[in-house]
Amino acid sequence: MKSKDRNYFKILRAGINTTYQDLGRNNLYHIGIPFSGAMDKRNFQLLNSLLQNDYNSPVIEFAYQGPHLKYFGKDIFFCISGNVSFKIITKEGVIDGNSYQCYFLKNGDEVDIRSTNKSVYGYFSINGTFRVDYYWGSCSINTQAQIGPNNGNKFSRDLEIEIIDINNSFNKRKLDYFGSTIENIRVIKGTNYDYFSESSQNKFFKESFKITKLSDRMGMRLEGPKIENIVDPNIKSEGLVKGVIQITSAGDPIIMLSDHGTIGGYPKIATVISADYDRLVQLTPGSNIKFKDVSLEDAETLYKLYQMETNNLISQIK
Amino acid sequence: MIKNILNLGDAALYCDFGSDVNQEINSNVIKYFYHIKKLNLKGITNLTPSYNKLIISYDLNIHSFLSLKKKIENIEIKENNKLEKNLIEIPVCCDNDFALDIERVENKLKLKSEIILEKFFSKNYFCYMTGFVAGMPFLGDLDQEMRLKRLETPRVKVPKGSVGITEQFCNIYSFETPGGWNILGNTPQNIFDSSNQSNPNLVNPGDTIKFYRITLDQYNEIKR
Repeated sequence: MKSKDRNYFKILRAGINTTYQDLGRNNLYHIGIPFSGAMDKRNFQLLNSLLQNDYNSPVIEFAYQGPHLKYFGKDIFFCISGNVSFKIITKEGVIDGNSYQCYFLKNGDEVDIRSTNKSVYGYFSINGTFRVDYYWGSCSINTQAQIGPNNGNKFSRDLEIEIIDINNSFNKRKLDYFGSTIENIRVIKGTNYDYFSESSQNKFFKESFKITKLSDRMGMRLEGPKIENIVDPNIKSEGLVKGVIQITSAGDPIIMLSDHGTIGGYPKIATVISADYDRLVQLTPGSNIKFKDVSLEDAETLYKLYQMETNNLISQIK
Repeated sequence: MIKNILNLGDAALYCDFGSDVNQEINSNVIKYFYHIKKLNLKGITNLTPSYNKLIISYDLNIHSFLSLKKKIENIEIKENNKLEKNLIEIPVCCDNDFALDIERVENKLKLKSEIILEKFFSKNYFCYMTGFVAGMPFLGDLDQEMRLKRLETPRVKVPKGSVGITEQFCNIYSFETPGGWNILGNTPQNIFDSSNQSNPNLVNPGDTIKFYRITLDQYNEIKR
């Protein structure tokens, strides 16, 4: 391919933990590979819907600060989801962009994704397809196990993001949406709930916990009242799932997130319900959260409602 | 063989095979794991076998806890269903640079290093499970007099290829990760190969491992 036929972004600044993500990979826990995939699935879905891409198309995920990209190639549209501040730099000038709106880019234009606001993750994509390699059916980059495109590493400066396909029958669309946040995280009691003293069980649901800076795609460490173990600080190592809350030997909760280790030996006090996962991962270090106990039946219903809400948002895209 | 099925959160079944850790219970877990894997049930997103538990993750859009629980309870596994076992030989170098915790192990077990290594290399080990990080095998069982606890303070970085022991188990660090096992040596062999997508793990649950000792020269030769 001649270089003038190429369509690509050059990375002028990589941003923080910038990676390709899609819906992730299944059925590999038994060999030690987690789901991975976009942390906030709702924003992932909204972005691909806005861009009229296939529902599992690769997108670029970033945390706190996104990349600064310069575009080379044929005319293209891009869109950003999440609560994100960004600038579009063209020969005509600089404008501030809005999330959930599609923008036009010409050869030489730039997108500078400055920051996520009161949230962690944002998503960037185009009306087309990035050139990615697939590992076990997914292009999600798992930096811990170095699986995925770009040798399983996060993006770095000067990397070129290749586009293999642009959708020419694209209609520019937008969504009026300002995101959704929560303060109470709903959980189901865990399989080792009775490992903890009654007063600690009460504290777990009554007091608040602070999200610490030791939080990433693998897990979220919390700080708050110490949770006292009255049985054994360890269990025989067993499987973990997304959203499960373990209590470390020091008595602190740690929530497993999308790139988590697949096996662990700390007792499980509770598990975050599926309906609250997308909003949990968007909470920034320093935020305080409270846990609320719900039944399994309620959790199943709440998940259906959450999915209906997402579908409703998709139907509002105009 | 499954004693009890609970829920782990709202999207996983927690199948309990007992509380002991032994090869009989674990073999049952592994038989169920391979059997369910072969059934290729729609909406199952992950199976995680461990010493005595099997966790089955599922897509909430397709299953609810009660309906899937019933399905799993109705699975019958024949007693004579034999587990497929491979014997895998893995070279380990115990040169000073690799045997990071040999002095600690000597002190704790009150055995000379040569005796410790002789005991370690004289046995075959059974693979109970793989995971935590991609490809890491959890192997057992060590002789009674070889058992000791983890490091009081885990290492922030255990070198890739490290072979460690704790309690009745040994493992191989397939990647550089944090960890607290007592490190006796290092293998030059690749334990996880992401380019081999059909079988990335060198060791799989149910396999038997035979470690054999190599010199530093042999180590470097294999690495090359």
